[in-house]
Amino acid sequence: MNLFEYVRPASLAEAIAAGAAPGAAFLAGGTNLLDLMKGGIARPSRLVDLTRLPGLGAIERGPEGGVRIGALVRNADLAHDPDFAQRFPAVAEALLSGASAQLRNAATVGGNLMQRTRCAYFYDPASACNKRDAGAGCAARGGERRLAAVLGASEQCIATHASDFCVPLAALDAVVEIAGAAGTREVALEDFHLLPGATPERESVLAPGELILAVRLPAAAAAFARHARYLKLRERTSYAFAVVSAAAALRIEAGAIVEGRIALGGVAAKPWRARGAEAVLSGQKPERALFRRAAEAALAEARPVGDNGFKIELARRIVARALALAAAGTPARLPALPASPFAPVPGGPHG
Amino acid sequence: MPQVSLTVNGKRHTVEVETRTLLVELLREKLGLTGTHVGCDTSQCGACVVHVDGTSVKSCTFLAVQADGASVTTIEGLAAADGTLHPMQAAFREHHALQCGFCTPGMVMSAIDLVNSHKERMSEAEIRHGLEGNLCRCTGYHNIVKAVAAAQEVMHGRAQAAE
Ligand SMILES: Cc1cc2nc3c(=O)[nH]c(=O)nc-3n(C[C@H](O)[C@H](O)[C@H](O)COP(=O)(O)OP(=O)(O)OC[C@H]3O[C@@H](n4cnc5c(N)ncnc54)[C@H](O)[C@@H]3O)c2cc1C
Ligand code: SF4
Ligand code: FES
Ligand code: FES
Repeated sequence: MNLFEYVRPASLAEAIAAGAAPGAAFLAGGTNLLDLMKGGIARPSRLVDLTRLPGLGAIERGPEGGVRIGALVRNADLAHDPDFAQRFPAVAEALLSGASAQLRNAATVGGNLMQRTRCAYFYDPASACNKRDAGAGCAARGGERRLAAVLGASEQCIATHASDFCVPLAALDAVVEIAGAAGTREVALEDFHLLPGATPERESVLAPGELILAVRLPAAAAAFARHARYLKLRERTSYAFAVVSAAAALRIEAGAIVEGRIALGGVAAKPWRARGAEAVLSGQKPERALFRRAAEAALAEARPVGDNGFKIELARRIVARALALAAAGTPARLPALPASPFAPVPGGPHG
Repeated sequence: MPQVSLTVNGKRHTVEVETRTLLVELLREKLGLTGTHVGCDTSQCGACVVHVDGTSVKSCTFLAVQADGASVTTIEGLAAADGTLHPMQAAFREHHALQCGFCTPGMVMSAIDLVNSHKERMSEAEIRHGLEGNLCRCTGYHNIVKAVAAAQEVMHGRAQAAE
């Protein structure tokens, strides 16, 4: 790891000023940044430790029933907050299907949004990577592409965003509060991460010096609490990043879906909201054939990279399954053990 | 060089470190507490787990400067002064939950945090999920899960410690 200057600002203004300098990086839990520094992938000349800033560590219930989650709230504390898990169960489930207990104890909300891709070539300084070194080329293109993005990829980059947490946040219309030298602004979580296009080195809308203050969920997101799940498929049954994942949330009244929400993980450089699939659900009776149609719509624009077409079919099945789980109802005990893609689907044969 | 003041296993220390010094390096190299192991050095395996202010973290992905002012507990801080083992240590011995022992300090520290944060009895599935951040290449996990299941009864006052 390179040597660096370590600063611990006492106020937000100091943090923003210190973080705007060239070569500076914000440090929160450190669970992603320190690994990148050990590998020489990130070489910041200054670390600006945010963890002692006042006012960023609270989970606050909003006046109309939404929630505001401070950027420094630990992933574990959020998942285990009883009121939060009751009202936003799919978010708690997604948090608990990511990383491990010790990592969730250190990892923060802001850091989770900002975590870097897990593309293996990005982690290998000997490989060409446009994200690490703009214009260098993309070793993944002609290399091992099994896990590459099937939606929104570009010639320059085919990496995916690795966060589980962001997937239900995208489905539930979360908003990111951002602070910078010019004041504060808000961006929908759906628009916070950028698709790679010709500039894969730019991953979010944050400008240098800007930091995440909080993530908000609107009151309307809690209306899905009785039918909201997160389902993650990995290459082993625990402790791995998603091959594909899906958050599904339904509002069911008098036996019909009033409103449905779907977002996918592991398929693109950002959490992927599937609005076209949501439209398929509206006003319909929740049943397997409908869920399969919604899943087809969710992946309608997906394109394989190399031979990873299998991911598209897996993503369809995970969407259909997540919808079936959501229709069957949120588990009574919260936060639940994360759903298994291998358990039988309620109300249907295995598969 | 920055100074870090922290409490480790109940004892205050003030140590000079480089900014890039990891907590596990501070513990092993500056304080001689080599019970905390380094397996992967990339936050995967869990051999380096210690408690910082009562919760488990991977000390290979935690800067020493981040622990400034904190209270740290390592495997060396668990047994009583007279040598009486912590109920989790006793359960690991009783249930043969270790073979080579490399993963054991991290496994024990993770298991204690897991039990502390689950007052209700955990099922086998919950224990397995709770320990997913700790890799063991010897035991096949089976006896570790049994040890944790037994220790939770003792730690929550539902049974007596193993002799
Ligand atoms: C072994 C392992 C397995 C994992 N498995 C999963 C998984 O299955 N699913 C999953 O979702 N995640 C997984 N993770 C990733 C983990 O969730 C992230 O490392 C974590 O959320 C990052 O949070 P942090 O606070 O530690 O961030 P840091 O490492 O401190 O920072 C990460 C990035 O965010 C920036 N940053 C932090 N806070 C802010 C802020 N407030 N404003 C602006 N920028 C900020 C930093 O500058 C840095 O660039 C895994 C990590 C490891 C090491
Ligand atoms: S896919 Fe993106 S992150 Fe991976 S090597 Fe190519 S440019 Fe880099
Ligand atoms: S040495 Fe820290 S997790 Fe492996
Ligand atoms: S006992 Fe050998 S690695 Fe676990």
